[in-house]
Amino acid sequence: MFKKGLYTIVSNQPLTKTIYKMVLQGDTCYITAPGQFVEIEIPNKFLRRPISVCDYDKDSITLIYKVIGEGTSFMSTLLPNNTLDLLTGLGNGFNTDIPQKQPLLIGGGVGIPPLFSLAKQLTINKIQPTIIMGFNYADEIFYRKEFESLGCNVLISTLDGSVGTKGYVTDVIQNNQLTYDYFYACGPLPMLKVLCHTLPTEGQLSLEERMGCGFGACMGCSIETKSGMKRVCKEGPVFLKSDLKL
Amino acid sequence: MNLSVNLCGLKLDNPIIPASGTFGYGNEFKDFYDINILGSFAFKGTTKEPRSGNPTPRIAECTNGLINSVGLQNPGIESVIKHELPLLRTFFHKPVIANISGFSIDEFIYCCEKVDKEPQVGLIEVNISCPNVKYGGMSFGTTADSAAQVTQAVKSVTTKPVFIKLSPNVTDIVAIAKACENAGADGICLINTLFGMRIDLNRRQPVIANKMGGFSGPAIFPIALRMVYQVSQACNIPIIGCGGISSAHDVIEMMMAGATAVQIGAMNLKNPYICKEIIEQLPEVMEKFGIENLNDIIGIAHQH
Repeated sequence: MFKKGLYTIVSNQPLTKTIYKMVLQGDTCYITAPGQFVEIEIPNKFLRRPISVCDYDKDSITLIYKVIGEGTSFMSTLLPNNTLDLLTGLGNGFNTDIPQKQPLLIGGGVGIPPLFSLAKQLTINKIQPTIIMGFNYADEIFYRKEFESLGCNVLISTLDGSVGTKGYVTDVIQNNQLTYDYFYACGPLPMLKVLCHTLPTEGQLSLEERMGCGFGACMGCSIETKSGMKRVCKEGPVFLKSDLKL
Repeated sequence: MNLSVNLCGLKLDNPIIPASGTFGYGNEFKDFYDINILGSFAFKGTTKEPRSGNPTPRIAECTNGLINSVGLQNPGIESVIKHELPLLRTFFHKPVIANISGFSIDEFIYCCEKVDKEPQVGLIEVNISCPNVKYGGMSFGTTADSAAQVTQAVKSVTTKPVFIKLSPNVTDIVAIAKACENAGADGICLINTLFGMRIDLNRRQPVIANKMGGFSGPAIFPIALRMVYQVSQACNIPIIGCGGISSAHDVIEMMMAGATAVQIGAMNLKNPYICKEIIEQLPEVMEKFGIENLNDIIGIAHQH
């Protein structure tokens, strides 16, 4: 089910030079799983902006977004008590009801946020995930402490090696000889492709696509999977590795 | 106050019809509101064979609108009849508009024969104006001869009212509309999307994978209105006005230009409640402009 409503900004702060964290207050009853997203109406823009939910409780939503274009630039200027029109409860989200003992949660850059509520849910389910976060440079790192405060082991890669493993998230997995029986991932498409082709276990990957509506009406974001055409906004954004043709 | 209108014997409680391609097969919108408040709705453009559509990105934002290049992704007519229509019956209890597309006259005939047998289909909308597919789609709608051929072929296999959905990407839309009328069309729906394009400045390449696509949204309303006005002046069959409608005011304006009913497309994607909101606002706006019966204003702008 979906919900459209006005949400009041509680806080809107930069975490890095381009990454912002926004907390909104409002009804969250239609958010049912980590990895779902919201569609935000931006004044003077025709299409809403899809942003993944980083965290939520019964009356607040945390979004972490990267300032890329005019829509997200506008969002970064908003102040507490400003309101935004949101569609919530969009997408399938991650399925945590999977037999697993040691999952990896692998995020690249602004793909990391939806893994936070996922990690929270898994720890509630008494599963302790290992978090692997990939960044380009040290000054882009965010949310390390937040994940650690959930009791998770957090491993980091940076392209220049200034923090953690030098290279990519896949180098972290190789260098640390990690044992795992499942994985969840969100990040840039090249990263997801490599994970699909190199990790031996089943896993769930959250994809990104340009969207029209965000709720399954326009077929603007359809991708071809092994079981036919699927809408990233409706049957996704989370897909099983075994179903993807990456 | 009377909001009901009549499309060739199909009585609508109000003139509001979500446009094909922005409303799926109704299923997504039933979670937002009871879609039985609608006049009707036009289901997703359906072809003989299942189609996976065009590569992504298929969507580009524009000032007051968007470009889409979905490319008639649909599960095919058999699957629509077997799966989508039975599902639709469980939550929509009014006649639906079947939007049919094809790549040959035979395909149009095939699909129309199929939907002709479906009691839930109240009207057939023949899409000869999709700009997003090669060989077919819009190519049938860009000459008067081919538009007439499709119309005649389809009319010969169904007793349901047939509306031809026209493309604005032509030199003389009136000539094409007249050709459809002369070939037996019961009505005309116009306009489909305008052929458009955007370029991503960072990547220095078109935003849309297929480079170009169909432009729709409030930005195209004056063009749609003008074409409805011109066609309604030249033709004596009812018109469904479509293109950029975003308010009850726009609905009234489109009807004054000559539309008997209207379709709302792009705005459904921005605000899924737009049709509900317009239906609720119509009586107030009618009162504001001294309108007791919507039928009284159809084409009234032609009197001046």
